[in-house]
Amino acid sequence: MTNIATGRFRAEETFTPPGPADFDLPPIGPSSSFEMFGQTFALGVTKPMIQVVLAGVLVFAFFYVASKKRAMVPSRLQYVGEAGYGFVRNSLGRDIIGSHDFMRFVPYLFTLFFFILVNNWFATIPFIQFPTMSRSGMVYGLAILSWLIYNAVGIRKHGLLGYFKLQTVPPGMTGPILLLLIPLEFMSNILVRPFTLALRLFANMFAGHLLLILFALGGEYLLLHGDWIVKPVGIIAWVLFVLIAFLEVLIQFLQTYVFVLLNAMYISGALADEH
Amino acid sequence: MNGEINGSLNMIGYGLAAIGPGVGIGLIFAAYISGVARQPEAQGRLQTIAILGFALAEALAIIGIALAFVLS
Repeated sequence: MTNIATGRFRAEETFTPPGPADFDLPPIGPSSSFEMFGQTFALGVTKPMIQVVLAGVLVFAFFYVASKKRAMVPSRLQYVGEAGYGFVRNSLGRDIIGSHDFMRFVPYLFTLFFFILVNNWFATIPFIQFPTMSRSGMVYGLAILSWLIYNAVGIRKHGLLGYFKLQTVPPGMTGPILLLLIPLEFMSNILVRPFTLALRLFANMFAGHLLLILFALGGEYLLLHGDWIVKPVGIIAWVLFVLIAFLEVLIQFLQTYVFVLLNAMYISGALADEH
Repeated sequence: MNGEINGSLNMIGYGLAAIGPGVGIGLIFAAYISGVARQPEAQGRLQTIAILGFALAEALAIIGIALAFVLS
């Protein structure tokens, strides 16, 4: 293997690292685009859109079948459905919002949990392997819904002024320090919350998928186009790829849990009584 | 063989910025583990608090990765 030969070989087969462009999937079926505000907008159905609908259908079908025959001695399917429901109701609903009025929010939390969970697991399920929530638009929708719900719940309970007082004045604070605290608390509790909520889920799914692409492509490049000394590194990269894929399954569950947990915390904060 | 490296310096900055949340998350789970070791029956309550703290510390790393891609 001469230097000149490898040099020419490298020039033909350069490694292009994966980037955000890998997440721009082409539309399926007919599509069109138009220009507005100096940007190009595309109209069409893409893979994440289909996945969102598929996730809704799958969650509905599973729990419909699981709860159709409600037997005293549950079948295996009914047991799994009830365990999932009980997990969300008890550890996310009752423990966070409180036993007084958590039941009103259990349908929302339950739907949200399993919808996001299935969408995240799409990143690992073979033949789909694309996390829906790595498209930021999907996550912004969920964050806006959450923002509307917790603010509406708080305003309905405390009135507009009472709610703003609850969210912006920390208990036991008086005096000129409030001039500093009220804008800060308003920023963090009303304005920034939906962004961090959305970005956390989006960036985790995005970064995880990017990492998997990087290990797969990098391993392939090292193995096929690298010098003989780096070929074993390609195999190590593929082993790491498999291990990280398992880690991702855990992260997908954990991020779902965190998203719904924060939703429940925001609702419970908006419902809290004044001290 | 020329030692040319291409890429964005942003990513090195992001790597440095991720140290902070990394240390923070480590401290949170260290406190959680020692709390459960002292009082195993409090695990349920501590778990929620630990995961909440983890999520808040992780938000810093997430903001970092968003900025690393946005700024160029």
